[in-house]
Amino acid sequence: MVFQRKHILGLEDLTAEEIKLVLDTAESMKEVSLRDVKKVPALKGITVVNLFFEPSTRTRSSFEIAEKRLSADVLNFTPDQSSVVKGETLLDTARNLEAMGATVIVIRHAMSGAPWVLARELDSSIINAGDGSHEHPSQALLDLFTIREIKKEIGGLKVVIVGDILHSRVARSDIWGFMKLGAEVRVVGPPTMIPREIENVDVKIYYNLEEALKGADVVIMLRIQKERLGAELFPSLREYSRFYGLTRERLGLAKKDATLMHPGPINRGVELSSEVADDVHSVILDQVTNGISVRMAMLYLVASGGGNG
Amino acid sequence: MPKVIMDSQTVARAISRISNQILERNKGARELTVIGIRTRGIHIAERIVDRIEKLEGIEPPLGTLDITLYRDDFRRKSEWPSVQKTHITFSVEDKIVILVDDVVYTGRTTRAAIEAIMDYGRPSSIQLVALVDRGHRELPIQADYVGIKVMTQQKEQVRVLLKETDEKDEVVVVEGEE
Amino acid sequence: MNILIKNGRIIDPSANLDKSGNVFIEDGKIKNHPSDIKKLEKDQAVKIIDAEGLIIAPGFIDLHVHLREPGFEYKETIRTGCEAAAAGGFTSVVCMPNTNPVNDNASVTEYILLKARTEGIVNVFPIGAITKGEKGETLAEIGEMWEAGCVGISDDGMPVMNSRVMRHAMEYVNAFGIPVISHAEDINLSGNGVMNEGFTSTILGLRGIPNASEEVMVARDITLAELTGAHLHIAHVSTAGAVRLIRDAKKRGVKVTGEATPHHFTLTDKAILNYDTNAKMNPPVRNQEDVDALKEGLKDGTIDIIATDHAPHSEDEKKVEFDLAPFGISGLETALPLSLRLVKERVLTINEMIKKLTINPAKVIGIDRGTLKAGVVADLVIFDPDKSVTVDREKFRSKGKNTPFHGWQLNGSVAHTIVGGKVVFSV
Repeated sequence: MVFQRKHILGLEDLTAEEIKLVLDTAESMKEVSLRDVKKVPALKGITVVNLFFEPSTRTRSSFEIAEKRLSADVLNFTPDQSSVVKGETLLDTARNLEAMGATVIVIRHAMSGAPWVLARELDSSIINAGDGSHEHPSQALLDLFTIREIKKEIGGLKVVIVGDILHSRVARSDIWGFMKLGAEVRVVGPPTMIPREIENVDVKIYYNLEEALKGADVVIMLRIQKERLGAELFPSLREYSRFYGLTRERLGLAKKDATLMHPGPINRGVELSSEVADDVHSVILDQVTNGISVRMAMLYLVASGGGNG
Repeated sequence: MPKVIMDSQTVARAISRISNQILERNKGARELTVIGIRTRGIHIAERIVDRIEKLEGIEPPLGTLDITLYRDDFRRKSEWPSVQKTHITFSVEDKIVILVDDVVYTGRTTRAAIEAIMDYGRPSSIQLVALVDRGHRELPIQADYVGIKVMTQQKEQVRVLLKETDEKDEVVVVEGEE
Repeated sequence: MNILIKNGRIIDPSANLDKSGNVFIEDGKIKNHPSDIKKLEKDQAVKIIDAEGLIIAPGFIDLHVHLREPGFEYKETIRTGCEAAAAGGFTSVVCMPNTNPVNDNASVTEYILLKARTEGIVNVFPIGAITKGEKGETLAEIGEMWEAGCVGISDDGMPVMNSRVMRHAMEYVNAFGIPVISHAEDINLSGNGVMNEGFTSTILGLRGIPNASEEVMVARDITLAELTGAHLHIAHVSTAGAVRLIRDAKKRGVKVTGEATPHHFTLTDKAILNYDTNAKMNPPVRNQEDVDALKEGLKDGTIDIIATDHAPHSEDEKKVEFDLAPFGISGLETALPLSLRLVKERVLTINEMIKKLTINPAKVIGIDRGTLKAGVVADLVIFDPDKSVTVDREKFRSKGKNTPFHGWQLNGSVAHTIVGGKVVFSV
């Protein structure tokens, strides 16, 4: 099939076929990353801007490497304090970049919906690298890619997402992605961190971690942001880790060959006990290569789906 | 009215002859590697490797190449083709690469393939096998081994059918848009 | 200028009137509804408006409008706001005090009235703030504002969170006989919410404002109204629970009235999919159950009034990230066709619809308008209830083009608006 979209803003909009296309394309891209000469001329002469309003070394570096492997010209734009203080709006910033010749803008922003502002008003293709609490499509796609490599088939898997679902864009994108490819998705966390009516998306809600982990094939641990705890949603890190932290015993309730993932960086002793944290690392390294491959696929498909770059 | 220019016997003989020519020119099968382009080039490459193995007792390594990421026309087309897998697990450094395609036409596919192969290493030479050479080069590219050379008009289409994917071996020329 | 409006369908809910006829305006007042108009038709000094196929009604009164002047003239001015009102069929607007400076003393009230007199083509009735600066701490000079011309008090835009302060305000206002208009919202429950809390907010990853935020305060305000005997008017009711509370309170005899805006009885929070900031409002557009309950409330009289909560903003302000966009919809010029949908859906008869836009709001603020009886000031609207219109925000007379209804195909169009016997708008 041919990718028809100009933007990748979230997994909610994509069909299962489109998601599979991204993953299949990523496989071909992975091959490029494993060669000696890690470069193809596919995006030669195209300018891609990484517009990161929130700091993020990992995601941004991953996109940057992906862009360079496709031979694109890369511009990293991190609006500094002064332009924000001077009151330049998101739209004005992006318009300036478009005027400089940006064909694709990869945007990370602290507010949900920011990529839509750009998609509505600009001609460039927009890729969402994470917007507020809404979606983080490249993270979910790389999670899907990694699991597909390990488990071969996503349909029928029991996927458990643990933690602050309410504020997590990774959780939302993972829910859409795994669900559309036929997995059974469970969310578990303190009731204050489970968003309203999420059950309407066909996920099972659990407040008890042991219950949720039974028979799980994939366990995705979300990061707890310390600022959120102790405020109103949860009394203390201690209590959180007591009820929702992953320990060896709890992990034992999942299937023996269950895959454990964490979008990183890990809060040792909070979401994961130290011993379990070490187990996660083996998957993390794969995630890095897969992240680049998936992002290469997204860039390639969007540059082509936009209809003539 | 489709015109059959090769039937299954002709195809078999051509591949046999090409395999022999490759061995003759390169004085045997050592240093040979075979890389097939896209779908049908791969099947032809497989048959050549098979033939060479039967003739020399040596099976040259076989790779598959998808040139989508190297095309020079991708931004012109309204539909970008989807990227397929490239699978080259051996080194091409200092090797003879036999590049195999079903049809050579404008030469642009071959150019893209050459560029792709160069990103894998520096072969000592690249030689092109084309089952059909239909003329109309737009680049200075030549096929070293040709199954059949046929003059076509640009509005015609050359269709290569192979047992592996199309139930029979046949090459036809039809009227139609490319 | 004397005006004869002939051959129209006269609907005046204040007099239970719905008949074909003519209306004669003399010296800025309604003279009578003559049946024999031959003499008037020949009179050169009489302007004739042919209302064939049209409805003649009292001019609409919008109980909830933000004119933005003083202080936010880039969003709207009294002049442009009144022009928008006239185009929407409104002959009177009641403007909220969250200006800059806040209308919390007589001099700001007088400024607004002066501007309205000189630049406003419709009547403007100001609402004074309940508390100084709308801070919710100490009472504003309500008495002086009432003398200067305020017809009610409200801290609209904000609730009065401190119940003791709200109680005192309600007691105090009994001396002046004006209503307390409540923006019912519990700021703490709302948190940093930017839309209705529900499935849509979960999908969009936006913080939500739960129904409870409104209902908690409606319940509190009703309780205080019972305690103090004040007339409580609940602005922009948006939830099913609030409708229920108001209905029960009315049954108990509490002096409470309720208002609903066209966007609240037309849209659900699905209007926000794709992060359309034009649908960002406070209180937010809610679920289908809430919309249905509002319609029930309009039908059974729990909701007495239709008002727009006209809240214009500049385009730049709305073309930003959803979290950063200001709340508000520019509503004066879409109110009539959206309200007529209720008639089409058989939620209201056309008479009931007009009633909620005319005599009912007039009664809340105690003005002698909203009626076509002989002797009153001639404020009228003449409109075509069936004419097909496509909402075009570029054609709005308001500076605020922020509407979620752009492009909608609706029915209903104002033909003429007459204020004080003068035609201030013709299509």
